[in-house]
Amino acid sequence: HDSSNKRGLKAQLRKLIPCSGGRRASARTQNSVEDELELSAVRHRPEGLEQLEAQTRFTRKELQVLYRGFKNECPSGVVNEDTFKDIYSQFFPQGDASTYAHFLFNAFDTDHNGSVSFEDFVMGLSILLRGSVQEKLNWAFNLYDINKDGYITKEEMLDIMKAIYDMMGKCTYPILKEEAPRQHVEIFFQKMDKNKDGVVTIDEFIDCCQNDENIMRSMQLFENVI
Amino acid sequence: MAAGVAAWLPFARAAAIGWMPVANCPMPVAPRDHGKRQDELIILNVSGRRFQTWRTTLDRYPDTLLGSSEKEFFYNEETKEYFFDRDPDAFRSILNFYRTGKLHYPRHECISAYDEELAFFGIIPEIIGDCCYEEYKDRKRENAERLMDDQEENKDNKLPNMNFRETMWRAFENPHTSTMALVFYYVTGFFIAISVITNVVETVPCGSTPNQKDVPCGERYTVAFFCMDTACVMIFTVEYLMRLFAAPSRYRFMRSVMSIIDVVAILPYYIGLVMTNNEDVSGAFVTLRVFRVFRIFKFSRHSQGLRILGYTLKSCASELGFLLFSLTMAIIIFATVMFYAEKGSSSSKFTSIPASFWYTIVTMTTLGYGDMVPKTIAGKIFGSICSLSGVLVIALPVPVIVSNFSRIYHQNQRADKRRAQKKARLARIRVVKTGMSSAFLHNKRNGLFNELLELPVMEQHLSKTASLLESQHHHLLHCLEKTTVSLLPTSTISNMTAHEFVDEQLYEQNCREGAVQSYPSCSPSLSSQEGPTGTCCTHQARKNPLPDASVPPTCQGALQELSAVHIQCSDQPALSTSRSSLNMKLDDTSRLNCKSGLITTAIISIPTPPAVSPEGDSQPLTSPSMQTIASSNAVKVSTL
Repeated sequence: HDSSNKRGLKAQLRKLIPCSGGRRASARTQNSVEDELELSAVRHRPEGLEQLEAQTRFTRKELQVLYRGFKNECPSGVVNEDTFKDIYSQFFPQGDASTYAHFLFNAFDTDHNGSVSFEDFVMGLSILLRGSVQEKLNWAFNLYDINKDGYITKEEMLDIMKAIYDMMGKCTYPILKEEAPRQHVEIFFQKMDKNKDGVVTIDEFIDCCQNDENIMRSMQLFENVI
Repeated sequence: MAAGVAAWLPFARAAAIGWMPVANCPMPVAPRDHGKRQDELIILNVSGRRFQTWRTTLDRYPDTLLGSSEKEFFYNEETKEYFFDRDPDAFRSILNFYRTGKLHYPRHECISAYDEELAFFGIIPEIIGDCCYEEYKDRKRENAERLMDDQEENKDNKLPNMNFRETMWRAFENPHTSTMALVFYYVTGFFIAISVITNVVETVPCGSTPNQKDVPCGERYTVAFFCMDTACVMIFTVEYLMRLFAAPSRYRFMRSVMSIIDVVAILPYYIGLVMTNNEDVSGAFVTLRVFRVFRIFKFSRHSQGLRILGYTLKSCASELGFLLFSLTMAIIIFATVMFYAEKGSSSSKFTSIPASFWYTIVTMTTLGYGDMVPKTIAGKIFGSICSLSGVLVIALPVPVIVSNFSRIYHQNQRADKRRAQKKARLARIRVVKTGMSSAFLHNKRNGLFNELLELPVMEQHLSKTASLLESQHHHLLHCLEKTTVSLLPTSTISNMTAHEFVDEQLYEQNCREGAVQSYPSCSPSLSSQEGPTGTCCTHQARKNPLPDASVPPTCQGALQELSAVHIQCSDQPALSTSRSSLNMKLDDTSRLNCKSGLITTAIISIPTPPAVSPEGDSQPLTSPSMQTIASSNAVKVSTL
């Protein structure tokens, strides 16, 4: 990438001076232009339908529908974070969904390469929609654990909470107070942090959630989304 | 919500599981998806071209025709497809909108046609994508301007009830409306020219008196020039006051540019009258006379080109501003440079930077008077750079102004051309329209004729020329006629008559004749009295051979051709007697009486000689009798 940049710059300088070097430079600029095009148009083709069928719990038809929607919005086959934020923000017009979308993106981008391919997307959805309660809770824990170290600290939880409250926006009834996220985090930690060590581990989390009826019921809420 | 994002709603809902552990209260119940269908292909048949798409693609925009249940109205059961009788080319961009979420405007498409398609499919044009929105808006603006031009045209047509003030205003605004206006236009133009020429000639040296040098004409023939000036100012004042009186909105008129010019043109004279011949103020007074030259701007009311020029300058204000700004910058730079370059040389004219401004301006505009020239070498170098750059700086914004002027000028040309063509177009359209309405009346008569005479099928072919649509339309008009029954005070059942359609000319004639005639029975709203009508008809028939006024207009058929033929009728003495005899026999309305002698188009268009008289609709015609008058080939149908 650096070398192509240097090439481009030299070529442009040479173009300014109207002399014989011009024609050679233009050929080289052509090459550099093509290189740049190559880099920008990253194409990603997903694995075959059969493999995805095996790896996820979706049927063939469902995968087809999902892929059509995915490809329509992202013709290049991958979602980068900005597009992801854009799409997610469209569902929450009143507030600012970009922070939460950032966390979501990280949760979906399991190989942490900065883009969500169709496989990542579909795997995530498979867990969320067709997975067992254990798997779903695992996924949620992964979402909250921002630095993926296996512990949810109060700061991480506060970030997540603030992001969720941001999505609500300003026009709420009753008016959202400044310390609402913090209070919510306190309640959460009171519930979840059994040994009061200031962090929530995955076992604490899963145990606590399994004992909570509300949470159990709400986990089943989106079974029939697809 | 935008397009394909609807496809991501399942994802967003699934991701909501991330909120569940932190939520403290139970979640609402999820909506059930009833009748969950597998995604299916829909066939859209648009004028024969088949488009196919997924149902969910169309469902993305539920507030459009294709996305809602409205499309079920177009469902064709046999072919299992949705059929739309619209333009397939325009439909392409509409379907692409569903697919990609972006609406594009195809450049080759007519703007109004495209708007109609969008309106049909329930898509608002505001969502046209950025790539095409500018083009769309430009075309729409052009179209709107053209429509406004046409509307302004119609405004010029004389409204029937314009009071004096409005007439006057119209005369002022458009001098071609009446001869008076035209005269006024030319007179004011003439006086403007006189005034300007007077101002100019006033200062010309006019031959010398023996003991003085040349005096300007103004001082020599003071009285003459004063009289001329007074006369012009009188005319201008009167004109201004008349315009002020006639203006629909006086306040707006007073604020308009032209009225300000008018005021500025005549004010110096009045101020001069008011001021005494004082020494101190006479200097100021002389300055005021300069404003008299503004009278020349009054010509812009007379000249379209001047107005266009003014409008162009106004619309190029930003380019002109840029030109001015860049010139100022360049002038300051070069003046400074020249001043310091020439500082060294002795007896240099470049005494200060402002003094150098003059040199810079003269050089940059390539005038080069030569009153100030650089003497040092550095000065000469910078002077040459200055003149070269001057050409560039001036040449840059000028094409923009020129293209603006050209566009506005051509627009005006087009407007004028359209105006000229419009008259011909309207005339042609009117002919078609009268053809249609006369077809109805013609058909009516034929239909009744056929009914009356119970002619064999041979004659029926005449009515077959009318299509089903036409016959249904005529039947409708017929029903309307029957509905509008007018009840008159002395009427009996037999005298009830329905209103009838007559054509425009007849109607106007009715209005005119209604005022002229004193016979009450001959008014357009049909009366029922037999006697007077009988007399009036025969009276009129005998009175004047003029085609139009010979018979009360309601008696005429609605076709112009009748008038020519009618002359024949009225010239026949036999006709009149037979008519009058018919009159006495009949106890019908005047119309019927009068029509007894008339020949209808039957003569003209139908090969068979028999002609039928236009019947009153409500007359029960029992036993028609046919008489042939050899000379005029007319058939009268009378009832007993």
